[in-house]
Amino acid sequence: MDMAKMMPMMVGKLTMDSLPLHEPIVMGATAFMGLVGLGVVYAIHKTNFWVPLWRDWLTSVDHKKIGIMYIILSLVMLLRGFSDAIMMRTQQALAAGGAQGYLPPSHFDQVFTAHGVIMIFFMAMPFVIGLMNVVVPLQIGARDVAFPYLNSLSFWLTVSGAMLVNASLAIGEFARTGWLAYPPLSELAYSPGVGVDYYIWSLQISGIGTTLAGVNFIATILKMRAPGMDLMKMPVFTWTTLCTNMLIVAAFPILTVTLALLTLDRYLGFHFFTNDMGGNPMNYVNLIWMWGHPEVYILVIPVFGAFSEIVATFSGKPLFGYKSMVYATMGIAGASFLVWLHHFFTMGSGANVNAFFGITTMLISIPTGVKIFNWLFTMYKGRVRMTVPVMWTLGFMLTFVIGGMTGVMLALPGADFVLHNSLFLIAHFHNVIIGGVAFGCFAAMNYWFPKAFGFHLNEKLGKAAFWCWFVGFYIAFMPLYALGFMGATRRLQHYADLAWQPYFVVACAGAGLILLGIVFQITQLVVSIRDREQNRDLTGDPWNGRTLEWATSSPPPFYNFAKTPKVEELDAWLDMKKKGISPLPETFQPIHMPRNTWAGFVIGIITIPLGFALIWHIWWLAAVSFLGAIGCAIVHSFNEDRDYYVPAEEVAEIEGRAAIAKAA
Amino acid sequence: MTSATITAHGGHHDHHEEHHDQFGTVQLGFWVYLMSDCVIFSGLFATYAVMSTAFAGGPTPHTIFDLPYVAVETALLLFSSITYGFAMIGAHKGNKGAAMGWLVITALFGLGFIGMEVHEFAKLIHEGAGPDRSGWLSSFFALVGTHGLHVTSGLVWMTVMLVQVARRGLTETNIRRLTCLSLFWHFLDVIWIGVFSLVYLMGVSA
Repeated sequence: MDMAKMMPMMVGKLTMDSLPLHEPIVMGATAFMGLVGLGVVYAIHKTNFWVPLWRDWLTSVDHKKIGIMYIILSLVMLLRGFSDAIMMRTQQALAAGGAQGYLPPSHFDQVFTAHGVIMIFFMAMPFVIGLMNVVVPLQIGARDVAFPYLNSLSFWLTVSGAMLVNASLAIGEFARTGWLAYPPLSELAYSPGVGVDYYIWSLQISGIGTTLAGVNFIATILKMRAPGMDLMKMPVFTWTTLCTNMLIVAAFPILTVTLALLTLDRYLGFHFFTNDMGGNPMNYVNLIWMWGHPEVYILVIPVFGAFSEIVATFSGKPLFGYKSMVYATMGIAGASFLVWLHHFFTMGSGANVNAFFGITTMLISIPTGVKIFNWLFTMYKGRVRMTVPVMWTLGFMLTFVIGGMTGVMLALPGADFVLHNSLFLIAHFHNVIIGGVAFGCFAAMNYWFPKAFGFHLNEKLGKAAFWCWFVGFYIAFMPLYALGFMGATRRLQHYADLAWQPYFVVACAGAGLILLGIVFQITQLVVSIRDREQNRDLTGDPWNGRTLEWATSSPPPFYNFAKTPKVEELDAWLDMKKKGISPLPETFQPIHMPRNTWAGFVIGIITIPLGFALIWHIWWLAAVSFLGAIGCAIVHSFNEDRDYYVPAEEVAEIEGRAAIAKAA
Repeated sequence: MTSATITAHGGHHDHHEEHHDQFGTVQLGFWVYLMSDCVIFSGLFATYAVMSTAFAGGPTPHTIFDLPYVAVETALLLFSSITYGFAMIGAHKGNKGAAMGWLVITALFGLGFIGMEVHEFAKLIHEGAGPDRSGWLSSFFALVGTHGLHVTSGLVWMTVMLVQVARRGLTETNIRRLTCLSLFWHFLDVIWIGVFSLVYLMGVSA
């Protein structure tokens, strides 16, 4: 066989042209990513961290460490997704009338697609799943999740998806289709490049990880609760996690199917969503939103739980209407499957179908309103401590209500025919996703940080970050509502009407203020780590907490609790404090724990070359890595030495050290 | 059924207060996973329903389905469920030979099913009724093919279990895994009954 035939077999569609050598912005970003990567490698090497990295983190099955790694991934991807946002805002501030801005359409289209995909799948999702990992086993008095190895695998599959998205920046291109990749645009006929394939495989791989995480948390919450904690004594965050993971297990497989069908169209010439041969593009739109609508609830329901914990703790009162909160959460979770069509009222399903989905959409605002009132009544007559988490919570309540109201406007099919695909819609969903999910993640981070790391985050910088984000959000997105009414549609690389430009300039300034907020957040992390000795939390219970995660030291020992707590009331830890029950046992017992394993990390990471090979049609590499992943799973199944007992003496020593630190 | 092994396990560790019911947790988790898989099939069934008349001027169910052939295929898969049941009875009795023997028979039935399906697919593609011919054929190949891939992975799993039972015997871990595989295998039967009724029977009768 001659070289000309060998090359495509070896490297598939890859050529030198796949590198962005002629695009200075992309090259700059790639070089920056490369430098950061090298810097990290150098730092690990300098501090001799390779062995601890492998032993204590990469192979760890400890839910707290996996949760922290999820959140680190999320924060890194936040920077990437936010860079895309700033690029869009500056482009749109510039490209009016005769000016074309600095981003050509082909690049701009990739930027808005990457922004949406990264923010939803690789910023918001890892953050909420990371929170669940850190908090839920502690809240229910468990030692780990139900399936620790599966948990590690879920995380590394998510990392693999994120790495593929980042690889698309340096090698090839990303999709130019928008974050849901509607066909027929995403079909081979109109998107012949590898962009959509990057989209498909990064989401497919990370989505499978998410589904497995859903299975894991349902089993954890239903089976591993401390004795005495019946369902109606679970903390609200645990409840919202349960509902969220039920949604994940019911919704993410639909994403898997939808992406698989698009894959078959693109790779094997099937006709699911093509324009010809009986294909039906609208079927894709239905399927993707049957996943997509529950998805936004998957993001926001957990942060509802976090806000509930924060409001109760800092108001010094039990949560108002605990039961109604639980039922409202279940109601929202169930109803989330009955509204998907409101994303395409203009499809032409007819007035009756649109009316049905318009009404179900409006009905969702009822349980959501119940929640808002529950939080308000919890604060009413409470002694509210104005900490950083509380400020995020208040900012959320105001912003989310406004976003909810514009959502009800969009729920009217008649109004939607005017507002559909306009910047009004963009303003609406950022209003609920930033005001709800992002604010919730930051509130939760400030709230649970001392538990995870044993020291506080700096309050002053935290408040500065809050104000920049809060004010910046309004400056960035209120003009978009107005622009929507003026007829500006989403995803414009350039517009002719100069009357729009001032609004876009203001929006750009708002994004700049948010950038300042992010700078404050980074500074807050750096300063807090620098000053950690002064800010130690030696009590394990810095906020006078109510739930079990505060019953153990900060950071908790790897086994979480020296003695499994016995739960008698809702707000179990507050109850224990009132009754004077010590969380420590009289005599220490051996503790049953899972062993670390290489398998989750290795299998997860093997899916990076697998995805890359499938994207670039390098079939030999795809086959080798697929068989490698299956082979690793089989090899691992022969390892039955998966758990061990921590000797009582070791538990006593660890607890003794914590007690000495506390006394000092 | 497995009460003997569970009691033995519980008895071994019951001086530790935090002992959790590992068997029950795994079974619950596996059920939840199966339900997520069920959602995958529901997406494929729904797509099949949407595309059931998207023939694009090509072949229709009447012209390409061979019911007697599919009936034999179906019988193979249904019998494999019964034989898997015998394997589990053997396993719970602690009879390693019976468990492994019935597993091998189950795997042979499964292989027969897959062989017949591959043959059917090859024949259709050869006749010009491949998945690229029409939307309907795309959805047919995707639904039936996904079921076939599940059966194939079940066969791989069964092979691994045969090796593990041969090496370690009917340990608690192996019984637990055989029970999960049993759930998986019967689940695929249930899905196939849906495929047989909705795709083949209704297709030919419509």
